[in-house]
Amino acid sequence: MDFNKQRQARNNKIHSENSRLHSTLRMWYRGGGEASGDEIYTGYNMTTHQKGALQCRSAYRLTANMTIRTLRDYGQHYRPRMACLKNVEVFVVEMQDPKSGVKGADQKLNVTIIPHVINGQDILAWIVTKMKVTTEEAQAFGTMLVAYGYIYPLQNHRKLVLVPDSTLYRFQTPYFWPVQKWPAEDIDYAIYLARRNIRKKGMLEPYEQQHYDNLHKWMNPKWDFIVMQATEQYKANKERKKPDRVVLDCQERAYWIVHRPPRRTHSAMDYGLDRLIDPNAEEVLTFDVVRRTNIFLTQALMRSAVKSSVSLTAFVKFVTTHHNHDPFLTTPVPSNPWITDSDEFWQLNSRSVDIPTKLSVERWVLSFWELISDPRGRVDFKLFLKKEHSAENMAFYEAAEEMRWGAASAIPEKSQFIFNTFLKPGAPRWINIDGRTMGLTVKGLVVPHRYVLDAAQTHIFLLMKKDTFYRYLKSPVHKDMQKRALVPAPHVFTDAQLEANVRNRNPGISPILQWQQEEEEKAAAAVAARPIDVKAMVATNKLDRK
Amino acid sequence: ILNSGCNNNVKGKVKGCEPRVLSLQNILSLILFLLPASALTTGIYMIFSTKPEMATQEVQPNETLTNLKAESDTLKTKLEDERAKLHDVELHQVAEKVDGLGQFIMKTRRTLKGHGNKVLCMDWCKDKRRIVSSSQDGKVIVWDAFTTNKEHAVTMPCTWVMACAYAPSGCAVACGGLDNKCSVYPLSLDKNENLAAKKKSVAMHTNYLSACSFTNSDMQILTSSGDGTCALWDVESGQLLQSFHGHAADVLCLDLAPSETGNTFVSGGCDKKANVWDMRSGQCIQSFETHESDINSVRYYPSGDAFASGSDDATCRLYDLRADREVAIYSKESIIFGASSVDFSLSGRLLFGGYNDYTINVWDVLKGTRVSILFGHENRVSTLRLSPDGTAFCSGSWDHTLRIWA
Repeated sequence: MDFNKQRQARNNKIHSENSRLHSTLRMWYRGGGEASGDEIYTGYNMTTHQKGALQCRSAYRLTANMTIRTLRDYGQHYRPRMACLKNVEVFVVEMQDPKSGVKGADQKLNVTIIPHVINGQDILAWIVTKMKVTTEEAQAFGTMLVAYGYIYPLQNHRKLVLVPDSTLYRFQTPYFWPVQKWPAEDIDYAIYLARRNIRKKGMLEPYEQQHYDNLHKWMNPKWDFIVMQATEQYKANKERKKPDRVVLDCQERAYWIVHRPPRRTHSAMDYGLDRLIDPNAEEVLTFDVVRRTNIFLTQALMRSAVKSSVSLTAFVKFVTTHHNHDPFLTTPVPSNPWITDSDEFWQLNSRSVDIPTKLSVERWVLSFWELISDPRGRVDFKLFLKKEHSAENMAFYEAAEEMRWGAASAIPEKSQFIFNTFLKPGAPRWINIDGRTMGLTVKGLVVPHRYVLDAAQTHIFLLMKKDTFYRYLKSPVHKDMQKRALVPAPHVFTDAQLEANVRNRNPGISPILQWQQEEEEKAAAAVAARPIDVKAMVATNKLDRK
Repeated sequence: ILNSGCNNNVKGKVKGCEPRVLSLQNILSLILFLLPASALTTGIYMIFSTKPEMATQEVQPNETLTNLKAESDTLKTKLEDERAKLHDVELHQVAEKVDGLGQFIMKTRRTLKGHGNKVLCMDWCKDKRRIVSSSQDGKVIVWDAFTTNKEHAVTMPCTWVMACAYAPSGCAVACGGLDNKCSVYPLSLDKNENLAAKKKSVAMHTNYLSACSFTNSDMQILTSSGDGTCALWDVESGQLLQSFHGHAADVLCLDLAPSETGNTFVSGGCDKKANVWDMRSGQCIQSFETHESDINSVRYYPSGDAFASGSDDATCRLYDLRADREVAIYSKESIIFGASSVDFSLSGRLLFGGYNDYTINVWDVLKGTRVSILFGHENRVSTLRLSPDGTAFCSGSWDHTLRIWA
């Protein structure tokens, strides 16, 4: 008994709510006359109930000559996520201009005549003239209009692309335009599907049926309301004339295909995940935020900036010097592997090749950083250092890099190793840095942290960059390499050869194997670089005193 | 007024140093007559505040929010004036001497099909031919793009894997997304091995992971998240090495500087700001706020002295780090839909931008004009990266495919 009374009370409450909603609904649904932009969007001034009514059912009116003249501001003063919508709507409004827009005609579909139907070709032509772009670009833009739901196709309604022939499209009513203020709610979708179900059982497509079942599960408490709304709309629909009904159906179906796309339909309203911050919310400037901004600004004022002429000329210089090395600007020799399917380009520029290409050697000359960034270049530079007996600089630099970018747990042992090998007075590979830096570094190594070697590393790097590098460029090692460097002949493949290349693409070495090889080489080099322990050698009888 | 302002500021900034303050007041009163009030306050900030921890010091009752805001505005205008003084030439003026570019023929050379859902992110391996890509359904696939073979596949426990990165050694991949974590999967030569077994959870954020990148080695990862922070992690221990706070909204992208010192990175977020950070100290060094909408992608210029950003306001912009200003805007009236991803060519002459209208636009960086437009994808282009040797670039799209263009 109690339970029944509760249920009755709940139903009464829903009914009273609904009756209020119903009155608002009827006000919208039964209204006539020209649709003006403001009327449809008075959602901004409506009470929450009225807004709910508007959201809970689709209130739409159709007139034969739909012209929208007013452009609305969505109140998106901050961070609009779909900033493009405003600009797109400008175009759509112009498109619908009766004088200068796309010409529409009446189209006979089955028995009914649908007014104001436009043609794919005409849309494309209009976009080309209006935006002054090529046909392909116009097609891309047209496809976006369809994908966002501003224009919908009459036949093949699932494919949201602009086909530039006699395929038929119609402009979507502004009520159904994508807006950021309120999204397409699940409850609206549920009402729509329920209404379709009431109209004719089994009319829902499989993906719609899936959605329907899901919504039924999720929105079970509201289901009575949903069914009630659906029946109301169905009854109201029956009172319309046939052509109106057909057009309305098409519009609503198009709207839901854009907002709840079936599989394999690319809809632009499928925008992915929501961002965490509400783009329509006002930014709150707290005390702390403003104070931090002030600190940042004062620090920025203290920092010096470079003149535009200086830094921009530097960009131009960079581009000009690297012009020949950019595969998009200068065809790589022997050939771009992606175009001819031959990986000789990679093989000639690999780390372990004997003689490098002329282009690589030219690149090494550009700057010290380019030299050591290229693995083959670094090998050459190390060879030169060995001849100069200053290999410890490079070794220290590499060891410091390893420590800086390495695992946190390895820092103590690495710092110990570096100290013993490079920094200790009398160390086997003692590096030559000034006393102040040495003092700072050694002091810092007492409690080693990741960046403790930064000062010493910078000093050594600058030493190599400003002194050793220039001596390298003048050295016989480098000059010899420049003479011997290869200039591979560009490939000229016939069609048959190209096809053969496609079939025989070289799988290459797995990077894991390459990494293992490199690690082994590094370990071997480390062993070789260790100072010779004379006593141990004598003990193993390697040094024969005789 | 000046006197009272002076007192308050001095007292607020020099806590526990009262005796020193009293003796300096005589000197300060002399300065008062010579400098305007705003310069004085900034001067005092500079004299007495040397460390950023000033923000945590106690609030003085006279430092109301409106005062601070007014100060903020004056500082901003002052900074703009200083920067404007140094701006003596535009980029296209300097670029007049440079030759124009010819026609480009860029075609799709490979199409990688295998993802069952939207491709969200991709990265190249240092061997210039392998790539890792992640998609909405949780699959992360390692391809040999040259032969179009799939080499490894991992299924993540979450959907929307928005970030993936290849380790510099080529022995591991990192990925993350809606699970708020960044996990590292070591790759193995054995094809049948279940990679998920050796997974290592490295980063932990409080919201979705939007981008991740290895630094110069396999041992450190830099991540950015929807919770507005970026963080640097040690892979082996999962320890947080440094965190970077300063964005007021989701951070969507980041890129490491390619320079010799390699100490900075840039991040772009939904608050329309692109911030340059110092990895060592965690401070924001520079900040640029000229975009009109969310910044989807940032990428450094090859020389490391500038970076480009692509945003939802349909423009790509070039920011000069040394001159501390925006130097170029790449936009066209016919381009209305946002740029989701940008990258430079090897010389820095070309800027490739993947847009939400399914196209890729190629810009001449120096002259500011569009060189070429590439069609082919059937849904928005979500990610775009140049290969390490610059011979090709790969674009991943929501139409479930990746395309290699050369």
